[in-house]
Amino acid sequence: MEIERHEYDVVVIGAGGAGLRAAIEARQQGKRTAIICKSLFGKAHTVMAEGGAAAAMGNVNSDDNWMVHFRDTMRGGKFLNNWRMAELHAKEAPDRVWELEAWGALFDRTKDGKISQRNFGGHEYPRLAHVGDRTGLEMIRTLQQRVVALQQEDERRHGDAEAYIKVFAECTVTRLLKDGDAVSGAFGYWRENGRFVLFDAPAVVLATGGIGKSYVVTSNSWEYTGDGHALALLAGAKLINMEFIQFHPTGMVWPPSVRGILVTESVRGDGGVLKNSEGRRFMFDYIPEVFKDKYATTEEEADRWYTDQAGNRRPPELLPRDEVARAINSEVKAGRGSPQGGVFLDVSSRLPAAEITRRLPSMYHQFKELADVDITKEPMQVGPTCHYIMGGVEVDADTGAASVPGLFAAGEVSGGMHGSNRLGGNSLSDLLVFGRRAGAGAAAYVDGLRARPKVAEDAVEAAKAEALAPLERSGENPYVVHQELQRTMNELVGIIRRSEEITEALEAVGKLKERAEHVGATGSRIYNPGWHLSLDLRNMLLVSECVAKAALLREESRGGHTRDDFPGMSPEWRRRLLSCALGPDGSVTVEEEVQPSMRGDLIRLFERDELKKYMTDEELADFDALVKE
Amino acid sequence: MTQTTAENTARRQRAQIKERTLRTDQWWRYPLVTFIIFMAFLIYATWAIFDKSFFVSPYHAPFASPCLAQATCPEEARLFGFAPFGDWYTLPPGLLILGLPAGFRFTCYYYRKAYYRGFWLSPPACAVGEPHRRYTGESRFPLILQNIHRYFFYAAIVIGLILAIDAVKALIGKPDGLGTWILIINAVFINLYTLSCHSCRHITAGRLNHFSRHPVRYRAWGFVSKLNAKHQELALISMFTVMGADLYVRLVAKGIINFPFA
Amino acid sequence: MSYKAKFRVWRGEGGEGRLEDFTVEVNDGEVVLDIIHRLQATQAPDLAVRWNCKAGKCGSCSMEINGKPRLGCMTRMSTFAEDETITVTPMRAFPVIKDLVTDVSFNYQKAREIPSFTPPSDVKPGEYRMQQIDVERSQEFRKCIECFMCNNVCHVIRDHEENKPAFAGPRFLMRIAELDMHPYDVADRKDAAQEEHGLGYCNITKCCTEVCPEHIKITDNALIPMKERVVDRRYDPLVWLGNKIFRRSDAKR
Repeated sequence: MEIERHEYDVVVIGAGGAGLRAAIEARQQGKRTAIICKSLFGKAHTVMAEGGAAAAMGNVNSDDNWMVHFRDTMRGGKFLNNWRMAELHAKEAPDRVWELEAWGALFDRTKDGKISQRNFGGHEYPRLAHVGDRTGLEMIRTLQQRVVALQQEDERRHGDAEAYIKVFAECTVTRLLKDGDAVSGAFGYWRENGRFVLFDAPAVVLATGGIGKSYVVTSNSWEYTGDGHALALLAGAKLINMEFIQFHPTGMVWPPSVRGILVTESVRGDGGVLKNSEGRRFMFDYIPEVFKDKYATTEEEADRWYTDQAGNRRPPELLPRDEVARAINSEVKAGRGSPQGGVFLDVSSRLPAAEITRRLPSMYHQFKELADVDITKEPMQVGPTCHYIMGGVEVDADTGAASVPGLFAAGEVSGGMHGSNRLGGNSLSDLLVFGRRAGAGAAAYVDGLRARPKVAEDAVEAAKAEALAPLERSGENPYVVHQELQRTMNELVGIIRRSEEITEALEAVGKLKERAEHVGATGSRIYNPGWHLSLDLRNMLLVSECVAKAALLREESRGGHTRDDFPGMSPEWRRRLLSCALGPDGSVTVEEEVQPSMRGDLIRLFERDELKKYMTDEELADFDALVKE
Repeated sequence: MTQTTAENTARRQRAQIKERTLRTDQWWRYPLVTFIIFMAFLIYATWAIFDKSFFVSPYHAPFASPCLAQATCPEEARLFGFAPFGDWYTLPPGLLILGLPAGFRFTCYYYRKAYYRGFWLSPPACAVGEPHRRYTGESRFPLILQNIHRYFFYAAIVIGLILAIDAVKALIGKPDGLGTWILIINAVFINLYTLSCHSCRHITAGRLNHFSRHPVRYRAWGFVSKLNAKHQELALISMFTVMGADLYVRLVAKGIINFPFA
Repeated sequence: MSYKAKFRVWRGEGGEGRLEDFTVEVNDGEVVLDIIHRLQATQAPDLAVRWNCKAGKCGSCSMEINGKPRLGCMTRMSTFAEDETITVTPMRAFPVIKDLVTDVSFNYQKAREIPSFTPPSDVKPGEYRMQQIDVERSQEFRKCIECFMCNNVCHVIRDHEENKPAFAGPRFLMRIAELDMHPYDVADRKDAAQEEHGLGYCNITKCCTEVCPEHIKITDNALIPMKERVVDRRYDPLVWLGNKIFRRSDAKR
């Protein structure tokens, strides 16, 4: 069968915020760009983001600036972040948000007509540009419409709307192709008809998002099968920080079909409080030492904060996500949970009904329509849900380039920016900042190429055979293998981890890997979800192996990685990053890397008192020497 | 290998489902009820036009107000004594003015929805196939004329005002009359219906892109928008009140209703 | 609590297909999409259905349930009687790819025909100043999750395939209204709405509003106001008369 072939300068895999921003940038730099997305154009998981995009524009509190944002980001990530990324992110986010506005986004406004900004966990000042609680939708739509605008421009100029930027919707990439060391293209199939498609391109930007579908309780959609992570591994790139997975503290716990779906943090930012079955606001009992002076210790002070943020410390409900998730987990384990196994999140007794429906319209509808709960009258039940992976492809901060020439990554699939824990709101701005940088990086890489890498035909044949295999066997049902993987990861490599459990998980994943090689899909190649899942299993298993192996090695608790057997945070471990690669036998190997020290001008943004909670004596001595200069 | 890659030609087809609709609810109720109510109104209005007993001091039947013909209008029934149509005009006086409120309702966005569904079955209900082979909607003559709704709106404001004046006259003439209060209620609903019109909403501030620069108009828009959300209800209620008020006055005029406080 | 429900699901490729009967388990709190997924996992692994977020935010799982356009993920099973047979079919206005999955490229084609946001050339990013009340109307339309059920239900194209080239459908007429009401958009959209995108085809029968899962008042807040704006431009009899008498062609007034 003849295979469909396309030639492009840059191929972007993924059409969420990062992918679209990267594609827009590549096209604006004059590169012929393809956007490949697994679902329809405009449906990417970014639409689920509710809270907002963090950018230190200082519209609400003029004291805010990039340095404060940088500090908050590093604190949130427990100083494990790639500091250069955190710096670029904090500096460039405002421009990226303003740019959206010039492309037609309509953010909520302040009284003087600027973009309004809201409070969010871990952010010192109101910082999140938002549109009610549907900011992600606004962003994806704006970027989507920007792509259309560019296509209209091309139509006028070249008579062909798709001359320079084309969307390949409902298309899945299963393999990256290489010429020697360098990327030469991508191989995939159309979901719609099962036909194969080959992209001949010297630069590939991965923007595939996360890995949530390896877990049972997750806020992520079906697309989040870790495709980009796995493609990068298979192409020879490295993944870092894979042990750090953020469990969002507030996911819905009932009904079962929507278990895991997110309840936005804005509920807490706007006054919602967490209570256990005894009616106690338990978050006051869980303020960790490092945050003691930044959060209110009494309910009175916490309540005053909503109206007077300058004179009071913020309520502990707004602690970083990992802290809140662990607190809820502990309450439930101690038997103080809600009937359906969560805790209560109550906004009904805190705000008038009209105010709730105005500020949280989509939360109101979500509960009304999915759970038949009226949040203006009764509390919600919430519990932790797998939400975001901090780890991902190791990239160069400035260009998004991975270690494989021609491979770039941006957004959730890249690693480093968020350290061990991501602050709410930093994801949307991350997509924009590093999406643009990866697009520009890819364009510059293509410009600097002397010869275009070639697609090796035998690799194409191998990819074809691999993709067709599940259709040609009559093996186990892929859904069964998937469900077992999800259960394994949820139970054994979840929020709280233990050495024996992780070891057990690794064994289970190993067995599942074998079983996955024998799953069979019935039916034709036309829109066959069973077949698609069989192919996605490879990716989920690879990624799960990375997560488990890295989690086993890191013997400390930090951010999105909590070890029951090593509850403390270790300054020694802060300097070590775990990096996964694929061994020749197809199994994952993990190596330690040294975290580079922070640049002098950046580290001096912090007080010594704060640094000493995270750093070794040796690092502190360096800091003292620096300050003395 | 099982492979049945579809050809493009086959793919361009919709699902072949023979049923006009698979809806299981009583979707036919809305068009049916609409049809019955509107037919009743039309039949009544036709009768009312030719019925001569439209005035009994101080009540004036709404379907014949204002009365503009010298020959058929009693002195008292004329609007400030104004009767531009001389003795040569002997047809029913209602014919002179009914075109305006009728036109307003006929081109009203609510009524359009209702009769396109109930009379023209285009569509009879959502996701129920319509019987017509071709459809061009309001994109060409004659339905493109629906766009003059706004001018009927201006006329409807005048008519609404006249009905209010009639109500005031009745209040002065017979404050304790049941008819007075029927006319007042009718005048209120007719005017609320008129104000809740989509054209009115557009004129107040809907046409503007910067509400913040026109605070007064914005507030008016906010008020009209609230009424506009109830446009359908107001349209139906005012239809019943006007029909009821008209019938009541005529029954009093005919002496069929004749208790002291009538 | 669980029971066995009777489902009839349209299955087929291209246009050819038929309603197939299934008996399937239903648990407390489930939605129609859950049941479709259960069918996939237990009885029909190759049953095709589009879905993404399962929370009514992405607009992927548009289908017709008992003849009504609905999101599968937002249709709770508790709204049906236990002995009721539930019929699930693909959206009717679009060509079928397979089972419940339709080819919605019509919508993306139309999206590309609407001229994009056109800000004045002299404002730079970061300089935009808009009041909340000025953006609220367009914000309502931007809640749209592009499930395309309004376009699917609209009889103008649902019952008349031949109108597709001339009619953008409620979704994209609303997009025009969104841009026309945007405080910073300077493009002229009124004539194009009527002439190129078929606003005149709309006979405001409000089915788009009825099916909108985001409860956007498409007809009252977008289509009718847009029609009124077109009236301002084109059907104001005084303006029309003036143009006839003085032979002015000032469409771009």
